[in-house]
Amino acid sequence: MGLQALREKLGYHAAALGVIALAASVTLAFADLGTHKGIEAAEKRDLQQSLTQVLPEGFADNDLLKDKVAVKDDKGNEVQVYRARLKGEAKGAVFQQANRGYADDVVVLMGVDVTGKLLGVRVIKHRETPGLGDKIEAAKTDWILAFTGKSLGDPPIEKFAVKKDGGIFDQFAGATITPRAVVKSVREGLQFFAAHKEEILAAGGEEKKLVHEQPGPHQDPAKKEL
Amino acid sequence: MSTYSKIAKDGLWEQNVVFSQLLGMCPTLAVTTSGTNGLGMGLATTAVLTVANMLVSSVRMYVTPQVRIPVYIVLIATLVTVVDLTLNAYLHDLYKVLGMYIALIVANCSVLGRAEAFAAREPVLPSGVDGLFMGLGFTVALTLIGLIRELLGAGTLFSQASLLLGPSFKFLEMTVVHDYGGFLMMILPPGGFLVLGCLLAAKRVYQVKTGQEVTESAGHALA
Repeated sequence: MGLQALREKLGYHAAALGVIALAASVTLAFADLGTHKGIEAAEKRDLQQSLTQVLPEGFADNDLLKDKVAVKDDKGNEVQVYRARLKGEAKGAVFQQANRGYADDVVVLMGVDVTGKLLGVRVIKHRETPGLGDKIEAAKTDWILAFTGKSLGDPPIEKFAVKKDGGIFDQFAGATITPRAVVKSVREGLQFFAAHKEEILAAGGEEKKLVHEQPGPHQDPAKKEL
Repeated sequence: MSTYSKIAKDGLWEQNVVFSQLLGMCPTLAVTTSGTNGLGMGLATTAVLTVANMLVSSVRMYVTPQVRIPVYIVLIATLVTVVDLTLNAYLHDLYKVLGMYIALIVANCSVLGRAEAFAAREPVLPSGVDGLFMGLGFTVALTLIGLIRELLGAGTLFSQASLLLGPSFKFLEMTVVHDYGGFLMMILPPGGFLVLGCLLAAKRVYQVKTGQEVTESAGHALA
């Protein structure tokens, strides 16, 4: 048998592994190409969904995803800020902040109006202990809703902390680190907004808003599936 | 056809990945914090096991023993990545529930174990069937452990099942004990070890009592 003779040759092992690796690479490349657009669209939908969660209904009529600016915060990190407009007038902004919790970074998304008042806060990513730290999720408890309506002066900045640290926000029995991280993120987010308000709300969003939405056929497969 | 029924019986009971072979301990202990998580992980693993077995079986003539392990690893890793990408793009809501477990399937040594122990020697069809039933056995084990931990730890059964299976499965979600304070240890990693240990002991006792031959797998590898 030809194959049997071939298998005895020294180079065969390397060649076999090489062919398989090549085939695998090609498959992966095509899989990536084929799913790239779908994944992008799905992630955009996710972001869109969470953006609307931190803004009251009817607060904005623009497409926030298209009206964004990147603003450098004091630590030098770039923060993507999405601006909410009603009839073209800037009404508020939505952005992410993150601080280390117990297990990993806790990422919060927060919406503020032009005066710096909190419209809503949601935790969008965390890996805290189930049953202890995950009470920060809106799906589990109402804890996160306590931020709504608060601003930098209300409560005063030294009270913008969990109760254990002399602040006004509850911690959970057995879990202080997680809520502390969330409160810190929100406080820093408000300070960031106050310090960069001009930059954040500056004009420029209007032009971006005019960018035509492309009803490309590539987005359709993902939509059909869902 | 008797070979197929033997394959099925091996996968579900005699050679059960978790309860007899003690393979795939990483997902078994890490993911089973609820029945839904266990079920999701089990089904995803079943799909990968079945296809991986068939792939390995179809190239078995061309792969020499010297390079078989890297070849199997490349095949399995590619397959898992493709599944991961596809789910992310087209079944995004399911992906959000399962996402973090999918990559873990590569680390599940039962996939490589079946490739080595079965698929490398058998034709494509029996290999696929073997993967399917090994996967189903794994799914049953994970779901069972998940349900016990969920019931003891949170007082619910199949919570959030509708996220995984669709809204029509809402009826599965049950709160068994209302106002249950929760027993956190069962949700945390020690609970996984406790439940798995008790189930292993129970299976052993049952097999000894009924006079069944206790099939002890040669390799007690953990992964």
